Amino acid sequence: MIAHLPILQVIIPLMAAPICLMLKRAQLVWLFSLIASGLAFAISILLLQQVMTSGVISYELGGWQAPWGIEYRIDKLNAFLLLIVSGISTVVLFAAQTSIEKEIPKNKHVYFYILYLLSLTGMLGIVATGDAFNVFVFLEISSLSAYALIAMGKNRQALWASYQYLIMGTIGATFILIGIGLIYQMTGTLNMYDLSQRLPEVAQTRTVFAAFAFVIVGVCLKLAMFPLHLWLPNAYAYAPSIVTAFFAATATKVAVYLLIRFTFSVFGLSFSFTTVPLQTLFMALGLIGIFAASTSAIYQRNVKHLFAYSSIAQIGYMIVGFSLSTVTGLTATLLHLFNHALMKGAIFLALAAVIYRVGNIELNNLRGLGRQMPLTMAAIVIGGLSLIGVPLTVGFVSKWYLLMALIEQGWWPVAVLILLGSMLAVVYVWRIVEAAYFKAPLDNSSPVKEAPMSFLIPIWTLIIANIYFGIDTRLSVQVAEAAAQSLFGVSL
Amino acid sequence: MIDIILLTLLVVVAIAIIRMKDLFAVVMLLGIYGLLSASFFVAMDAVDVAFTEAAVGAGISTLLMLVVIAMTGRKEKTNRHKPLPALCIVLITGGLLIYGTFDMPHFGAADAPIHQHVAPRYINDSMAEVGVPNIVTSVLASYRAFDTFGEVVVIFTAGIGVLTLLSVARRKEDAEKISSINDSMHEQHLVIRIVAKMLIPFIFLFALYVQFHGDFGPGGGFQAGVIFAAAIILYAMLFGLNTARKVINQTFIQLIAAVGVLLYGSVGIVSLMNDGNFFNYNVLASDPIAGQHLGILLIEWGVGCTVASVMMIIFFSFAGRLELHQHNERVKNQESS
Repeated sequence: MIAHLPILQVIIPLMAAPICLMLKRAQLVWLFSLIASGLAFAISILLLQQVMTSGVISYELGGWQAPWGIEYRIDKLNAFLLLIVSGISTVVLFAAQTSIEKEIPKNKHVYFYILYLLSLTGMLGIVATGDAFNVFVFLEISSLSAYALIAMGKNRQALWASYQYLIMGTIGATFILIGIGLIYQMTGTLNMYDLSQRLPEVAQTRTVFAAFAFVIVGVCLKLAMFPLHLWLPNAYAYAPSIVTAFFAATATKVAVYLLIRFTFSVFGLSFSFTTVPLQTLFMALGLIGIFAASTSAIYQRNVKHLFAYSSIAQIGYMIVGFSLSTVTGLTATLLHLFNHALMKGAIFLALAAVIYRVGNIELNNLRGLGRQMPLTMAAIVIGGLSLIGVPLTVGFVSKWYLLMALIEQGWWPVAVLILLGSMLAVVYVWRIVEAAYFKAPLDNSSPVKEAPMSFLIPIWTLIIANIYFGIDTRLSVQVAEAAAQSLFGVSL
Repeated sequence: MIDIILLTLLVVVAIAIIRMKDLFAVVMLLGIYGLLSASFFVAMDAVDVAFTEAAVGAGISTLLMLVVIAMTGRKEKTNRHKPLPALCIVLITGGLLIYGTFDMPHFGAADAPIHQHVAPRYINDSMAEVGVPNIVTSVLASYRAFDTFGEVVVIFTAGIGVLTLLSVARRKEDAEKISSINDSMHEQHLVIRIVAKMLIPFIFLFALYVQFHGDFGPGGGFQAGVIFAAAIILYAMLFGLNTARKVINQTFIQLIAAVGVLLYGSVGIVSLMNDGNFFNYNVLASDPIAGQHLGILLIEWGVGCTVASVMMIIFFSFAGRLELHQHNERVKNQESS
């Protein structure tokens, strides 16, 4: 069975989804989904181990050789992403049962888990495949289920937020499809590795240039890169809390992966960064994104909105690292993918716990919660410190690598800007600390209890991971560095 | 020549769709647009795509949109947003697309990469490797079976999504109170109803033919599923939703949608167990070609089941909403009078 691990990675959550429909009982379905997601996580660990020791794994679906059939191609980069996605999914799912109890009507719980598993399947499929069209198919699975999941939010605004996301997401997916169609026309192949071999021949044509533009814009829409981020804040704020925790930690990461995969592996480094002025463009947009989104975050009253804007800012850091197109820069981006998943997973799960107890997530509702829900609020604070980049947390590690990468290239002014951006994070995190610890509870609010164990266990698992990987960086840095190096090895 | 006429018509219809304010006319035009695209695909010798477009674009999607219009009303609301920035973006995108066409290989050129790299093997060897005369089917169902599986899951996801958002929990007593939309039609439209009653069995038969004929000509699970669902929807529209619900149990079609995906996927799992890669049909039987035939037959059934039941799920969810909507309106009217 070891040989079939790449496909099992995707097929287990996929097949689990329709089976859920037959199980009927919500509790049973939850347990079943948790097992499926946990299995996927276990497989991703095995895959990463295998890739780190013995290199790229290629799996031919249907037994057909690569450019004719579809190939799953697991290298260090996707193995790392598979680990992040399935790991976060499992931890978040652990808290799902308690959280949706108060947010989603009973008769829809089974559908919720089915859509959750389908969304997971979609993301894993996008990451695992080595075929450009297969990416699109799984992108559709993950997007459709995401729209439905977001629309399940308690408020009516959730429908509108989901609709906006649907329109933007569909445009993004269509652009990606147009781009894939154009490169297929110029090369006659859909396999990514094969594309990377055949594209340089036709790289100087206008068709390939148009294809590149469509793919990049499409991916950036999905990525919520500034200025294409407008769908994200509402979608994150109005979605059910569990869904926010899951997506904030994984969905944009998968889009960043696609960006890296298409620019570095498919189109190739020399085309992406020499023929097209991607470096300056992305560097500028990344920086503006960091400042614009962090500033917006400061002015939000709704805490979910606040952290949604902070997510857009964090995407900015990843884009800056990416735009350097050096091994260290890419390492910083990949590290931040992993680290940001840990921080935002923890923070949004903690917010889910607050909503479970308080019912509302305006800044005012947090007043005095530092005493009433000490463990949950402590988690938010540690997550916030990690967002800022305080030493001994994972946030420090990725910022450190980003700064090193910038200084290595002599981009001193940008390095200073990055540090200033972190100061903005201090401001918005402080607003939460202030509300939770230094303000008396509102007079009319009733006292609340600490969150139940089903929340605390996953939240603190992630928080401990935040600290552990902030101190012992061997695993994450080693994998990220190896992945970055392998990308440069292939494309140079 | 015919290409130019069809393309001109497409453009004319598209402009008309944008300008029209009457949504009913827009939906009809969308159906025509689908039919024109289908004809265009036929002119380009892509009959399989044309068939799908005719069944989906001109057929079932028109039906579904009609149900939506019944709920939202026929008139488009006047829009307040400024179209200028949007127009600019559309022009840039369109310009980029046209710019991209300059270096494209000419249409139908024999030396174009798409005819040179992967395609020759499909054309020359698929008969020997897969044993199915229709090359499109062998690509869809065997060489790229996993993409098709993904598409089926997309459809399943859409069905579940619609169920989550639109399904109304109906209790027994409610069901009796809410009169079905078409109850009043039982006495009217006698001709249509009789013709439909005669037609429906043939539509079913045609769906089955399309299902099984996919190996030899255009067709397969997708189109068959849509045609099958269209027959049921026709029945529901003419004889009332409640009558149709008695024929098609709602829990049952959800089950079938899931079974379709599972059937498709389990073909892959059986190949895993027989020491082949996922979706390697060769290992399903002692003779590889027989294995390929068996595999394709089974997955096409999976596709058909899921597509047909999801189409029905979508229709019944929309129509159920419509019933509730009309019921509430009626209650409101009675209270005010």
